[in-house]
Amino acid sequence: MSPVVLLLMASAAQIAVAVAAAFGARLRGAGVAVYGASLAISAFVFVVSLVHLVTAAAPAGVTLPLGLPWIGAHFRLDALSALFAALVGLGASAANLYALGYGRHEATPERVLPFVPAFLGAMTLVILADDAFAFLVSWEFMSLASWALVIAHHHDEANRRAGFVYVAMAGFGTLALLFAFGLLAGVNGDYAFSAMREAARGPTVSAFVLALALLGAGSKAGLAPLHVWLPLAHPAAPSHVSALMSGVMTKVAVYGFIRIVFDLSGAPYWWTALPLILGGAATAVIGILWATMERDMKRALAWSTIENIGVIFAALGLALAFRANGMLPAAALALTAALFHAVNHTVFKSLLFFGAGAVLTATGERDLEKLGGLIHRMPRTAFAVLVASAAISALPPLNGFASEWLLFQAILQSPDLPQWALKIFVPAAGGMLALAAALAAAAFVRLYGVGFLGRPRSEAAAKATEVDRFMQAAMLGLALLCLLFGIFPGYVIDALAPVVRDLAGTTMPGQSWREWFTIVPVSEGRSSYNGLLVFVFVLMSGSMAAWVVHRAASRVVRRSIAWGCGFDEPAPAAQYSASSFAQPLRRVFGTLLLAATEKVDMPQPGDMRPAGHAVTLTDHAWTAIYGRIAGAIDAIAGRLNRLQFLTIRQYLSFVFMLLILLLLALVLWT
Amino acid sequence: MDLIAPLMVQGLQMALVLALAPALTGLTRIVKARLVGRRGPPLLQPYRDLIRLARKDVVLADNASWLFRVIPYMVFAATWVAAALVPTFAKGLHFSWSADLIAIVALLGSARFFQALAGMDVGTAFGGIGSSREMMFAALAEPAMLLMVFSLALSAGSTQLSTVAEFMGGSAVGLRVSIAMGLIALVIVALAENARVPVDNPATHLELTMVHEAMVLEYSGRHLAMIELAASLKLVLYMSLIACIFLPWGIAGEGDGVIAHGAAIMLYLAKLVVGGAALGFFETSIAKMRVFRVPDFLGVALMLSLLGTLLLFVSRSL
Repeated sequence: MSPVVLLLMASAAQIAVAVAAAFGARLRGAGVAVYGASLAISAFVFVVSLVHLVTAAAPAGVTLPLGLPWIGAHFRLDALSALFAALVGLGASAANLYALGYGRHEATPERVLPFVPAFLGAMTLVILADDAFAFLVSWEFMSLASWALVIAHHHDEANRRAGFVYVAMAGFGTLALLFAFGLLAGVNGDYAFSAMREAARGPTVSAFVLALALLGAGSKAGLAPLHVWLPLAHPAAPSHVSALMSGVMTKVAVYGFIRIVFDLSGAPYWWTALPLILGGAATAVIGILWATMERDMKRALAWSTIENIGVIFAALGLALAFRANGMLPAAALALTAALFHAVNHTVFKSLLFFGAGAVLTATGERDLEKLGGLIHRMPRTAFAVLVASAAISALPPLNGFASEWLLFQAILQSPDLPQWALKIFVPAAGGMLALAAALAAAAFVRLYGVGFLGRPRSEAAAKATEVDRFMQAAMLGLALLCLLFGIFPGYVIDALAPVVRDLAGTTMPGQSWREWFTIVPVSEGRSSYNGLLVFVFVLMSGSMAAWVVHRAASRVVRRSIAWGCGFDEPAPAAQYSASSFAQPLRRVFGTLLLAATEKVDMPQPGDMRPAGHAVTLTDHAWTAIYGRIAGAIDAIAGRLNRLQFLTIRQYLSFVFMLLILLLLALVLWT
Repeated sequence: MDLIAPLMVQGLQMALVLALAPALTGLTRIVKARLVGRRGPPLLQPYRDLIRLARKDVVLADNASWLFRVIPYMVFAATWVAAALVPTFAKGLHFSWSADLIAIVALLGSARFFQALAGMDVGTAFGGIGSSREMMFAALAEPAMLLMVFSLALSAGSTQLSTVAEFMGGSAVGLRVSIAMGLIALVIVALAENARVPVDNPATHLELTMVHEAMVLEYSGRHLAMIELAASLKLVLYMSLIACIFLPWGIAGEGDGVIAHGAAIMLYLAKLVVGGAALGFFETSIAKMRVFRVPDFLGVALMLSLLGTLLLFVSRSL
C-alpha cells in the first residue's frame, strides 16, 4: 500500500479515536485507552514517514472522492511532507507517552481527551493535503481542535481570554491563506497544488502571495508582530498540549509557509528574502527578551518558542536570498539549518513543556517565584530539563548548537550576495541572532536556576515529589535525542537532504560517511565541527581532572550552612528571584524594547505600611497595532449602533438603495 | 610519524596551557603590585594556592545539589578543551578541525552557563547577583565576540582558527580597518570575560562590587581550585587568541622540526609575558566601572565588531 494511503488511514484512525473519546471520556481507563491508541498511531506515522524520507522515495499521491464534487481531495507525500509528518509523529508519540501519566491528573478529561487525537489527525492532514481546499479545511480543523484544548480549563478567566484572542487570530490567518491560495490559483481557479506549481506569475502577485503567506502561516507560527496570541494560548492548554502546540503545530505552520513560498510560488525574487530575514531576526530578539522577563514558567517557554520561530524564518529568508541569486549550495546550507533547527526545536521545546507540566503536577505552581530546589526532589525531571535548557541555549555538544552553527556558516556565505540591501541587513540580522542566542542562555539560566536550583520558595515546592514513569520516560527519551542529534548531526543533515534537493535544487555535501562524524558544510578548509569529539574531549578531561584531584589531593566533603553574612537561617525569600535575575537585562534592553517602567513606593520613616515595587512591561505590538484595531472596531460599532433603532420604512429604503447600487455596479462592470 | 607528530604537538599544547595558566595570573599580579609600589606575591604563588586549595576539605552548603559538585569539573573541562584548540606555538594541532572559532566561543559559553547555574544552586543572594550580572554582560559580550569572529572569518575565508592564523601571518593582510576594529572589540570582550578591572575586580571581596567572585562564593577546597584554574586557563586562552590572530608571527607550521617548535614556544612565552604585563599596566591605570556603565563599554565592542563586519560585507563588491 502506498505510504500516503497509510498516513491517511492513520489520520482517519486518530479522528475515529477522537469520536470514540467524545462518547467514552468519562469511563474508567478512558485516558489510558485514548492516549495509548493515539501513541500507537503516532508512532506508526513517525515510522512510515521517516522511512519515506530516509529512503528518498518518489512522491506518492492519491485523490479521494471527498469534499467538493467532481474535484475531490488530493493528498500527496513528498520529501517535505514526509519530514514534517515525521516531526508530527515524533512530537505526538512523545506527548502521548507523557500524557499516559500526565492525563491522570486531569480534572475534566472529557474536555481534553476527544480533542487531542483530533488535533493530531488534523495536523497530519494539513501536511498531506495537495490542494488548497483540503489544506484549508484541515488547517481550520487543526486550529479549532487546538482552540478547544486552549479553553479546556475555561473556568479561568485568563484562559477564556486566551481562547478568544487565539480564535480571532486563527480565523484571520486562515482568511489570509485563503486569499494567498486564491492568488496562486489565478484566473482559471484550479486549486490543486500541481496546477499552482505550473502557473507563471508576475512580481506583484508574488509580493501579495508572500505577504499573505506571512500573515497566514506567520501568525500561526508566532512571527512578530503576529505573535500576541501565542504566549497566551500555548500555556493555557494542558502541558502535553502546550508541548504539541509549541513543538509541533508551529512546525506545521512553518511547513505551510515553506510549501507556499518555496514550492508553489515558483522562482523567488531576491526581495522576498528581506522581510523574512529582518522579521525573523527581530522576532528572535523580542521573543527571547520577553522570555527573560516572564515569571510564569510556561509563558516563558512560549516566548522562547517565538524566538526559535524567528531563527527558523531568518534561516528560510537566507535560503530564499541565495536561491534567488543562483547560489544553490549556500541555499541548501541555509535551508538545512532552518529545517534542522525546526527538528531540534520540536525535540527540546516538547521536553521543556513536559518539564513544566511535571513541575505543575508536583507543585501546582507555574510561577517561578514560588518554585525552587526541585533538583533535590525531582532529580530525573530536573536532569532532563537541564539537558533541554542547555540544548536550547545552543551549547555544544547538544543539538541546538549544531543547527545554530550551520546557520552562522550560512550567514558567512552571504557577502557574495549581489544586492546592497541584503549586504547591509544580513550582517545586522546575524548580530541580532547572536544576541538572541546569548539572551537565550540568560533566559534559561534564570528559568532553571530559579525553578530547579536554590531553596524552595513555597510550601508546595518544598513538598514536591518526582512524577511517574511515563512522564519520566517521555522526558528522558527526548533528552537522549537532544544529545544524539548534537553528536551525530551528519545523519540528520543527510536525512534532510531529499527535502533540500527538492526545494533548493541541490544539497549540502554528504556528511554521514565522513570520518569521526565530522560535519563539513562547504569545504574542509573552510569550516568543520565535530560534536562527538567535543563531547568525548569534555567528558574525558572533566573525569580525568576529577580522578586526579580525588586521587592525589582531597576527597573529603563536609556539610555546613551557606554563608549568609552572619545570619544563619536566611529566609528563602532572600534568594535571588526570577524578577531580580531579570533586572539588569531589563535595565539594559527592556526600557526601549519592552517599554519597562518601575514604580517604587517607599514609605516615609515611621510609616508602618510595607514598601512596594512594581514593574510594568508593554508589548509594543499590542499598543501599536491590536489596541488600535480594537479601538477602531469599537468606535465603528458605536457609530453603527444607531442602525438598530430605525423604523421599518427606513430599513426597507436601505434594502431598496442597496438593490439599486448593485444593479448600477452590474451595469458599470459590463 | 605522520600521526605521532601532530598528536604530540596537540598533547604538548594541552599540557603547556595548563602549566602556564597560573603563572600568567601570577605575573599579572606581580606587575600590578609593582606598579602600585608593593612587592607582590612570588610568581609561583598561584600554584601554591591551587595545591593548598586542592588539599583542603570541601565544605558544601547544606542544600547544594549534585550539579554544584559536578560543575567545577565541567567548567574546567570545557575551558581546557577550548584552550587546547587555540594555536599557541604551532598550527598543526591534531584536533583543530573538530571545533572552529564559533565552537570555541560556544564552549566558553557552556562554561559560563554552568558556572552561572552553580551560582544559583545554593540559594543565597550573592550567587544570584553574580549569575544575573554575568549573564547580562555575556548577553552583550557574546554577540560582540561572534561578530568579531564573522569579520575574521570573512577576511580569512574560514572559521578554522589554524587557517585564520595562517592567513593573518601571511603578507596579504596589510592594515585593514575591520580587523583593527575587531582587535579593539576582542580586547574589550576579553576584559569582560576574564572579569578584569574596568568590568569586574578579580581581587575584591566586597560583595556588592563583585561579579565573578560572587558567583563562586560558595565554592571551597578542590572545587574552588578547579574554578580558579579554569579562570586562569581562560585568561591564557584569550591572550593566546589575541596573540595568534593579531601577532601571528613565529608560530610553527605543520612540517617544521623540533627546533622551530622550540623557538616558537619561546616566542609564545615572550608574547604571554608582554600580554600579562600590558594587562597589569592597563588594570592599574583605569578605575572599575559601575555595573550599569559596563553595558555601554561592551556596547562599544558590539558596535565596533558590527561595523567591522558590515564594512567587510560592503567592501566585497567595491
